Amino acid sequence: MITVNHYLLLSAILFAIGTFGVLTRKNAIVIFMCIEVMLNSVNLTFIALSRHVGNMDGQIFVFFVMTVAAAEAAVGLALMIAFFRNKESIDTDDFNMLKW
Amino acid sequence: MEAILFYLTATVAIFSAIFVTQCRNPVNSALNLITTFLCLAVFYVMLESPFMAAIQIMVYAGAIMVLIVFVIMLLNLGLAVKSRYTHGLAGGGVLAALVLFVSNYFIRVGEATGTGGSVTSELISSYGHTELIGRAMFVDFLLPFEIASILLLVAIVGAVILSKREV
Repeated sequence: MITVNHYLLLSAILFAIGTFGVLTRKNAIVIFMCIEVMLNSVNLTFIALSRHVGNMDGQIFVFFVMTVAAAEAAVGLALMIAFFRNKESIDTDDFNMLKW
Repeated sequence: MEAILFYLTATVAIFSAIFVTQCRNPVNSALNLITTFLCLAVFYVMLESPFMAAIQIMVYAGAIMVLIVFVIMLLNLGLAVKSRYTHGLAGGGVLAALVLFVSNYFIRVGEATGTGGSVTSELISSYGHTELIGRAMFVDFLLPFEIASILLLVAIVGAVILSKREV
């Protein structure tokens, strides 16, 4: 029998994998995709707990997470294109223009 | 039957998530990310939320991933160089393991309060999941819905401004 704890543990594992990717990779687009993995694991938590407690509010939250993810994708990828035009790279080691 | 499906899909989801973080070519990462999204859609169906599964496939695996793959192809990135060992790698691994252990601890210790709400399996099968979502969204959450549309408008304007060559 699959309980809500199975889903929560799975989303914890996915969140940890996403954290590892964000902290260790250097390519900005891969970091972005790892953030998407983390957002999706949180969505899974929301839906599993929403079904567990018998309330619809968690699933509405998933909608807003998806909205924010779409907005983030649009703005973040535009930022990366603008950066690539200046530096010919999207390696995070090259993101040092604000350093002094 | 449900357990077999769960463990099979969970294995695929975890391995494709690991491949997202480890592939050297960003296109392979993107394809593995789509597999993760499809596995999560299967979980949403198992949790009696078919509308969320459809949205997951259409919005995430459809729209957002098309945007990411499009940008990867546009930038024409090469393979990532094989990264040598750094302290950042060890630190990231330790921190990710810490996140996993702490969340695992809270899952084992914690107890969900407020269970036994009004939305049961019988209600979902009699009304339909889409209708319940629609009622909740357009009655209780109308103001956040409108704010989300403003957010999307601002994001579109911001993306256009940022990617223009001359402002």
